[in-house]
Amino acid sequence: MIEILSKPWPWYIAGPLIGLTVPALLLLGNKTFGISSSMRHVCAACLPANIPYFKYDWKKEIWNLVFVAGILIGGYLAVICLQNPNEIIVNETLKTELAGYGITDFSNALIPSDIVSWENLLSFKGLFMIVFGGFLIGFGTRYAGGCTSGHSIMGLSALSLTSLIATICFMAGGFLAANVILPFILSF
Amino acid sequence: MKLIKFLITGIVFGIVMAKSEAISWYRIQEMFRFQAFHMYGIIGVAVVMGALGVWLIKKYHIRDYSGNPIAFYPKDKSVIRYLVGGTIFGMGWALSGACPGPMVVNIGYGYFAMAIVFFFAIVGTYLYGLIKDKLPH
Repeated sequence: MIEILSKPWPWYIAGPLIGLTVPALLLLGNKTFGISSSMRHVCAACLPANIPYFKYDWKKEIWNLVFVAGILIGGYLAVICLQNPNEIIVNETLKTELAGYGITDFSNALIPSDIVSWENLLSFKGLFMIVFGGFLIGFGTRYAGGCTSGHSIMGLSALSLTSLIATICFMAGGFLAANVILPFILSF
Repeated sequence: MKLIKFLITGIVFGIVMAKSEAISWYRIQEMFRFQAFHMYGIIGVAVVMGALGVWLIKKYHIRDYSGNPIAFYPKDKSVIRYLVGGTIFGMGWALSGACPGPMVVNIGYGYFAMAIVFFFAIVGTYLYGLIKDKLPH
């Protein structure tokens, strides 16, 4: 059993389980599925500094921070109990492209250690991808009023037109960054 | 104790995200290069499942755990914020290879360097709060 669960789960198993999070949160606590708002709560809790956007009772939203804490524990349990013993399978075309940028280490499993690492903070491409990338996520998600969970899963589940617009733009921005900006940055 | 159900929901979500490799930098790159169906399958089926749940709740007026009617909050009706904010977010998603949920799963998974991405996402959130009123929405 553990052996089967340790293998990567196919989309048709993971998809329904992730989708069930939407009705689960609605039924368990009348809560709307969304993860990025937790970052707003962190700001409101740590450094509200009289900024109107952070002046609200974040303690009422503590469920969201608890939910995110659960996600963190989930990641830990997945690696402790169900780690895939094999190397990750990556698309051959992508592998060839990455090799051209010197990214050849696939042993770190889910994330290329050639990119997301503390050492890379000192290089231009690392700085751009992890620091600027992170910044864009935080800024963009608040500007758009939600991230993949809030718009692409929760919003689309509620048949919201604005969430569809947001999702299309997520994909457009990602497409642009992955195919145009990233190859340029990685060639440094 | 009221909060433990959210913790458990989060744990299940985190495990599924990790085991389906939806938190992987490679899976995100494959998605944005149309090299694999995997992520489209996950998101597509998740939406169908979520929509079914929302539809059933609305149709049968199902109440929550404490017996209250379930509330849905419509998102802001404007368009610009979704176009601009959405595109900015999408770029960050492809560059760092993770959106907010997977960032957190990755940290739990032991990729502590993901905490840098998370930290700067909070910085981005903060800056948005700071200049929000000057931006077109």
